[in-house]
Amino acid sequence: MFGKKSPPITEAWRGFTFTRRALVVGGAQAAVGVALAARMAYISVIDNERYVLESESNRVNLTLVPPRRGWIVDRNGKALANNRVSLRVDIIPDRLHNKENVLGQLRTLLRLDKDAMERIERDLKAASGFQPVAVAEDMTEQEYSSILVHLPELPGVAPQRGFARNYPTGAAVGHLIGYVGAPTAEEYEKAKDPLYITPGYKTGKDGLEKYFQQMLRGKPGAKRVEVTARGKVVRELSTQPDVQGKTVHLTIDADLQDYVARRMGPESGAAVVIDTHTGDILAFVSMPSFDPNSFSDGISNSEYSWLRADDHQPLINKATRGLYPPGSTLKPMAAIAAIEHGIDPGERHTCIGGYRLGSRFFRCLGTHGSLDMPHAIMKSCNSYFYWVAHRLGYDAIAPTAKMMGLGEEFQLAGSNQRFGTIPDSAWKMKKYNQPWSASDSLNAVIGQGYVSVNPLQLAVMASRIASGRRLYPRLVNRQFANEALPFSAEALATAREGMDLVVNGPGGTAGRSRLPLDGIAMAGKTGTAQVRGLNTGNGKGGTWRFRDHGLFIGFAPVDNPRYAISVIIEHGMGGSRAAAPVAKDVFTFIYDREKGMEALETFEAGWGGTIKERMDRNYAAWKAGIAAPDPGLAQ
Amino acid sequence: MIPVPPAIQRFPWKLMALLTAICGFGLLVLYSAAGGNLSPWAWQQGVRFLVFLGLALVIGRLPLRLFEDFAYIGYIGVLALLMAVELLGFVGGGSQRWLNLGFMNLQPSELMKVAIVIALARFYTQLPPGNTRTFTALWPALLAIGVPAALVMLQPDLGTALAISIGGVVVMFVAGLPFWWFGSAAGAGVAALPILFSMLHDYQQKRVLIFLDPESDPLGAGYHISQSKIAIGSGGIGGKGFLNGSQSHLDYLPEGHTDFIFATMAEEWGLIGGLALLFAFFLLLRWGTRVALRARTRFGQLTAAGLTMTIFFYIAINLSMVMGMAPVVGIPLPLFSYGGSSMLTIMTCVGIILAIENDSKTGTRRFH
Repeated sequence: MFGKKSPPITEAWRGFTFTRRALVVGGAQAAVGVALAARMAYISVIDNERYVLESESNRVNLTLVPPRRGWIVDRNGKALANNRVSLRVDIIPDRLHNKENVLGQLRTLLRLDKDAMERIERDLKAASGFQPVAVAEDMTEQEYSSILVHLPELPGVAPQRGFARNYPTGAAVGHLIGYVGAPTAEEYEKAKDPLYITPGYKTGKDGLEKYFQQMLRGKPGAKRVEVTARGKVVRELSTQPDVQGKTVHLTIDADLQDYVARRMGPESGAAVVIDTHTGDILAFVSMPSFDPNSFSDGISNSEYSWLRADDHQPLINKATRGLYPPGSTLKPMAAIAAIEHGIDPGERHTCIGGYRLGSRFFRCLGTHGSLDMPHAIMKSCNSYFYWVAHRLGYDAIAPTAKMMGLGEEFQLAGSNQRFGTIPDSAWKMKKYNQPWSASDSLNAVIGQGYVSVNPLQLAVMASRIASGRRLYPRLVNRQFANEALPFSAEALATAREGMDLVVNGPGGTAGRSRLPLDGIAMAGKTGTAQVRGLNTGNGKGGTWRFRDHGLFIGFAPVDNPRYAISVIIEHGMGGSRAAAPVAKDVFTFIYDREKGMEALETFEAGWGGTIKERMDRNYAAWKAGIAAPDPGLAQ
Repeated sequence: MIPVPPAIQRFPWKLMALLTAICGFGLLVLYSAAGGNLSPWAWQQGVRFLVFLGLALVIGRLPLRLFEDFAYIGYIGVLALLMAVELLGFVGGGSQRWLNLGFMNLQPSELMKVAIVIALARFYTQLPPGNTRTFTALWPALLAIGVPAALVMLQPDLGTALAISIGGVVVMFVAGLPFWWFGSAAGAGVAALPILFSMLHDYQQKRVLIFLDPESDPLGAGYHISQSKIAIGSGGIGGKGFLNGSQSHLDYLPEGHTDFIFATMAEEWGLIGGLALLFAFFLLLRWGTRVALRARTRFGQLTAAGLTMTIFFYIAINLSMVMGMAPVVGIPLPLFSYGGSSMLTIMTCVGIILAIENDSKTGTRRFH
């Protein structure tokens, strides 16, 4: 009875137990085997699709080939912006391990200077994830192959044979064309386009490059390659070529653009040349400028500081964003307004060296005696126009000024304009809550006081006076009505006659700037805008930034106008002295290139070389100055 | 009919064919993993297989008595080697798993997998039946398992320590120790998991955690499992074809010729290849279990059952690991993975089971 619950353990019992338990173990093993088979079937049948995809995404590496950017060409098809072959190296931050070591190696291999290293560090901080950071562009074949050789020790470094933006005339087109650069993290966030994080891809950042981005961009190509886990390319599977962006045709004349930019010399200023048949802008220059090639390669900290530190403000496009008192350049326009309001151009006024308004005496620059309207323009007599303005009031003149394009913002591709002020009584009431006074009229008519305009508007005014039509400036083939101005032929003829006399008359203010050409003469009007308050100092010398601005508007040929121009030389101490000679050389170049170049080469010899030579030298000097600060400041 | 000479008849032809099939399949996979080359793996592995197959056949001809007599001495010898390794590692200032014998590297922990089974089989053969349910049946076995397992854990080699333990525990189980001992031990083990887990090395803990959630670190330590599953899953039913596995050929699959060779195979041969291999392993284990059931002596029974379990453990853990069902523990797939140590162990197991089979064909059954 004892054995019922717990039978005596015998060898037979032990053998029986063994068989039973061995079968349990065998059964458990079989069960595990079935589970493993089921698991495998699950992975390879049910999840098959997912894993096939993952295996393919392992195996195949799709790289985008950045599209070649469309060219920007001038009216004759000459390139203002094109592409050149470039060997470049980027860092993909996400794949970068052991940053210090990699950067150190790159520094040695490519002989990068401190500036470049600072820029790379700065870009690495700003970049996110897979956004490439340019290390170097335009490397030599030697540098490129040295990177290729060391590639296995440089994780995250991506060398590429691609294209880079090229601006053949450099700084001459800086403000016109703008520049390109790698997309920022924000732009990538917004676009969510993988092209934005492809090394070598650039978007337009400023000017026309930005405005025509969609046209210029093109379609990326794609390269499918089989890669190993370590990123080594085994073979190319397929390649789809990129589609180059479309070409943008500008109205600019590349040679003229370059000439005007060079002729500005070391001065700060702007010049615009317009075709008076069509409104085409032939040259659009603001100097000094920056070299867009530097920006496109990722500008260094110190080069950018150098540009910012320059008191000539190379980063500002003065042609559209510089506002100046136009000075006497408004007088031909005022003459037209006067005739339209019934003043006979033959009527004479006597200049006694100024004009008395109540208790105040408004000065003229000379004592011109008895003058009719064309000769008042020729002599730039303030008294005459004070007299006109006092008689009509500026509210009669302001609409004409606006009709000439002053105070107007034009529809112009890629420009960011400040359009200034043409004041009248309503404007003053609104702005200052004060009534318009007669002295306001007197100041406005000689282009001082509240009046401010930009150089583009001045060029448009010149082209409208020359053509008699309401021309709109354009950089691309855009259609405007360009209808005739509602002015009498007599009014326009009087203004043109006055401007002819300014250059070609006896004792005109720009008499020294007659064109050295047979049968082609220029008409124009000088202007001098005071920088300091009226009647304080004479603005003809002293500190650069307190000197008067020199302005000039003009057109040529006089009898059948074809080209109009405006030139502003900041602190040039007078229109006839600084601005008119530039216009003279530009027109000379248009009609006789050799003669124009001769004049320019003489000047450049005196200035110390071409734009690029001077910029390089200034930059080097500036860097040296930063490195060794003035010892006098240390105290 | 042509009379077959008895000497030829005595060869275990079916078993040899089975082993050759498994290893031959493995050689094809190694050939492919080397990018269609016999070197560096397939050729060497083939030669090694022939040598070890000969060794297994020789062991199979040995009288079973010999193993029984030398069971304890063998166990103590291997234990001494294990300690020597541990000591060398301590002196050398790093963990070490093998002894350099000049002509080969010997891993004592591999030998221990076999030695523990034989020693415990001997112990339970000698144990009087009446003592099966007493404490006397328990503590010497626990000690015999615990000491080498602890030494191997120090190396640290979790996989081998588990293999040693499982071989020993299965011998205890089939020896007839009370069922509830195992039940409560398993229960206690589960309860103690957190404590055991805290005793593991950092990298071992990480492996376990990543096994529980492989996607948490797809490019780091979870990379092995992720890539292995991609290889198996992308193979589908029929596979990508011989020499066409991109995961292994482009180096996405780590250890594609050793621990993860099953994934290399499955990528090219698909589910069909996998099931065929599983079936071959099933036949091998069925043979081992049958030998255990038909063994003439109790020692033979226990030894065959324990060694079969040891072989099974290799297969089960390796396959679970490559399919993402177990942590990465570094156990190769028997006869398939490139490597000498594991093949030596497996072929020794096969040889001893063969000796038990031969023993049961001669003489009468005895159980003392």
